[in-house]
Amino acid sequence: MTVFNQHLLSFAIWLPMLAGVIVLMFGSDQAANRTRWVALVGSIVSFLVTIPLYTRFQLDVGTFQFQELATWIPAFNIHYHLGVDGFSVPLILLTSFTTVLVVVAAWEVITKSIAQYMAAFLIMSGLMIGVFSALDGILYYVFWEAMLIPMFLVIGIWGGPNRVYATVKFFLYTLLGSLLMLVAFIYLYHQTGSFALTDYYDLPIAMNAQIWIFIAFFMAFAVKIPMWPVHTWLPDAHVEAPTGGSIVLAAIALKLGGYSFLRFAMPIAPDAAHYFSNVMITLSLIAVVYIAFVALVQKDMKKLIAYSSISHMGFVTLGFFMFSQLGLEGAVVQMISHGFISSAMFLCVGVLYDRMHSRQIADYGGVVNTMPMFAAFAVLFAMANSGLPGTSGFVGEFMVILAAVKFNFWVAFLAATTLIFGAAYTLWMTKRVFYGEVANAHVAELKDINAREFSMLAVLAILVIGFGVYPEPITALLQATSAEFLTHMQTSKLPIISNVPAVGI
Amino acid sequence: MDILSALPELTVLCMAMLILIVDLFIKPQNRFVIYGLAQFTLFAAAVFTFQSHTPAVSYMFSNMFVDDTLADVLKLMTYLGTSIMLVYTRQYMQLRNMFRGEYYAMVLFSMLGMMIMISGQNMLTIYMGLELLSLCLYSLVAFDRDNPRASEAAMKYFVLGALASGMLLYGMSMIYGMTGSLNITEIANAISDLNPHNPVLIMGLVFVVAGLAFKFGAVPFQMWVPDVYQGSPTSITMLIGSVPKFAAFAITIRLLAQGLYPLAADWQDMLLIMALLSITIGNLSAIAQTNLKRMLAYSTISHIGFLLFGLMSANLNGFASSMFYISAYVLMTLAGFGMILLLSRQGFEADKLEDLKGLNQRSPWAAFMMMITMFTMAGIPPTVGFYAKFTVLQAAWQAGFTWPVVVAVLLAVIGAFYYLRIVKLMYFDEPTDHNAIQAPVDMQFVLSVNCLALLLIGLLPQVLMNICGLSIVTSLQ
Repeated sequence: MTVFNQHLLSFAIWLPMLAGVIVLMFGSDQAANRTRWVALVGSIVSFLVTIPLYTRFQLDVGTFQFQELATWIPAFNIHYHLGVDGFSVPLILLTSFTTVLVVVAAWEVITKSIAQYMAAFLIMSGLMIGVFSALDGILYYVFWEAMLIPMFLVIGIWGGPNRVYATVKFFLYTLLGSLLMLVAFIYLYHQTGSFALTDYYDLPIAMNAQIWIFIAFFMAFAVKIPMWPVHTWLPDAHVEAPTGGSIVLAAIALKLGGYSFLRFAMPIAPDAAHYFSNVMITLSLIAVVYIAFVALVQKDMKKLIAYSSISHMGFVTLGFFMFSQLGLEGAVVQMISHGFISSAMFLCVGVLYDRMHSRQIADYGGVVNTMPMFAAFAVLFAMANSGLPGTSGFVGEFMVILAAVKFNFWVAFLAATTLIFGAAYTLWMTKRVFYGEVANAHVAELKDINAREFSMLAVLAILVIGFGVYPEPITALLQATSAEFLTHMQTSKLPIISNVPAVGI
Repeated sequence: MDILSALPELTVLCMAMLILIVDLFIKPQNRFVIYGLAQFTLFAAAVFTFQSHTPAVSYMFSNMFVDDTLADVLKLMTYLGTSIMLVYTRQYMQLRNMFRGEYYAMVLFSMLGMMIMISGQNMLTIYMGLELLSLCLYSLVAFDRDNPRASEAAMKYFVLGALASGMLLYGMSMIYGMTGSLNITEIANAISDLNPHNPVLIMGLVFVVAGLAFKFGAVPFQMWVPDVYQGSPTSITMLIGSVPKFAAFAITIRLLAQGLYPLAADWQDMLLIMALLSITIGNLSAIAQTNLKRMLAYSTISHIGFLLFGLMSANLNGFASSMFYISAYVLMTLAGFGMILLLSRQGFEADKLEDLKGLNQRSPWAAFMMMITMFTMAGIPPTVGFYAKFTVLQAAWQAGFTWPVVVAVLLAVIGAFYYLRIVKLMYFDEPTDHNAIQAPVDMQFVLSVNCLALLLIGLLPQVLMNICGLSIVTSLQ
């Protein structure tokens, strides 16, 4: 038990991967049910293992907790260094929870190579938790890149008709950004002689170098979040991915980018972050406003949700780069909330797609008449997606908008338009799909959700409403960490010899 | 006793000749004895090399032959690589009526050439080893003598190879003319006393670098690589693409890092140009290929470009990292060609890209192994290919090659594309070929270990890094 207590993070990372390997070894299409149950047990155990990270988290500590440190590659001073703070704990829990959801969502839907499908998601879950908890540059990079491999396979094997194009685009886009990040790590390594993140936090860096470092990290993270104008891989990947792939992409993979801004780009190059803050805010607002318009005209439900994700992630980067505690916490809350809501939305599309094999809005209409229970859930999640007060979607957006009001009125004004546009594209889609007359014979034959689908949607609905009414469990985690973060961000890292004051402070 | 320190070489020589003789008296159905003898030779040579190892650097045969840690480690890696290759190729040669004693004798003779190159401390020794290796390879390429493609490839290889040997020899003679010695250490000392801008010396350097680049297959001396790779029997392609690179690496270290080190500023520039061109042309040309062997040939060219990144750093860090790179490269090449051999069968060469279609449905394990190999070649963590690229790039960065590193990194993305295409064919497409995979158990086992090693060394690269670092540091001090 002490081994477990001292290595909580290692268990959180390696247990799902072990479960994935077990599923691969003992699962097959012939023994489909056994495969599913093994995967389900594996994912549930992996989820339970992450719960102590929350219950034992010390709320008043702003630095890294549950740290584990072991030598890995001494030749380059690379360590197996793990640790979490208030930013990463909720994201880790979100990851392990989403994995359970994905396994359940695939239950009867995936019939081809079930073991490989389940194993890919379990292994991916471990790798993503690794990204959220690595405190060593190379360890982080290995998790970050390795995660591409299972996602590449998931989209490519179980995806839609245009899956090959989408998955190759996804892989190469992400790889391009990541490799520049690797160059930044090599630079930092030759400056400090180590890959330890904490060394990078303390390293004074000249403005010129900071700008380059920030750009290199930006290339990696902006692609992942994704920010306008490097977002184009996301709609393709989302549309072609199977339901589980879309859920993981939207709920977690995008957050890897957001989290990494907080963990790497901003604290390592704080002066450059301030220098670029206006650019970042502008790009965020473009994402919020322009992408919302793009979402409005989509004919494919999944594509619409994909654009909605980009728009919502614009809020996240907006919250980061205003450098206020409210904005920062709002952004993290928005990441968590978007994890639930986008999962739920993609699940809803999945439920419809499994029955009709179409994602086109035009093929639907009046679904509420044949699937009343499902429609109730779907409308709830649509409301949450458009930021209705009382749902978790409102909390993050509201916090960011409040922070923006203090920052600059026009920024706040543009950000607040999302409450209108978001409602417009989500509710218009809801109206066309669910309300009105029964559109065609296929819709008339639809059967309402079964117990499995009901339980998934019900759990998500409880979470969405629960955190909407009482977001304290998340925000409590963030306070000490975000205060610590902002203190760090306000300390210039320029070398002392320089007389140039830090920009924007 | 000088002669004893060359015991591994002598063992290989005697056994190769013994195999030729035994082959005359043996019935064709008992040829497996020859195979056993060849494997035993490698094992015995490994034991001798391992036993005679000392950390000290010692020179024998009037300073023509060196025994240092670098030589011992590279020789051991060569034995291992050759042994793996023999396991993979046995069935392939049997099915194509090429399972003959000469094959094993030639492989052992070529390996003897590599060993002499690895231990060469004198330009004459190096050249002798190189010629022994090359002549064996030329004839091995034409081993399937009724195949016109193979004959053409052999001819091409021979003509261009002879030209490269000539260039190398010409450069050596110029260096000899200016320094008055053929001994690596004496050359280094003599050059330090000379004007480093001596034109004859620089000309000599240019020819030597050109000769080395040919042996590696670096752009602009890469013309032979795709044709020879495609034309040769796959087993020979595997040999050409894998272990001789250790020997080429060794003579590059001997010639450039030891003998011509005072001219580092000059050869660094040459290597930089070749490195960038190799990565660019290798990766871009590989995209257009439909033949797997040809694609791997272009992939080799781009790998050599990355290897040169380590070498051009011209410091211990760089040499150690390129040694790590070449070890990883040989391991992944063996795996890649091993996969082609695994899928080949009587009258069928699995050397086209579409032959891999739907492999995941035919054999998930084989597809998984090939996928590891492809991601290793692309340099995606957590495979050893990532650390290989990482080590050479950080060495080049440390040596001040900032922009070349960024360019190389961007070109690696292009490289990832054609490796991903293989994964796509195996996993996303439906199979067109439904034949079961027939391969001997030992081959399947060794191939699995080989591919898993790519992953395991990727998770724990420290041991191999230490071995490479130690070899370079103790031998180049």
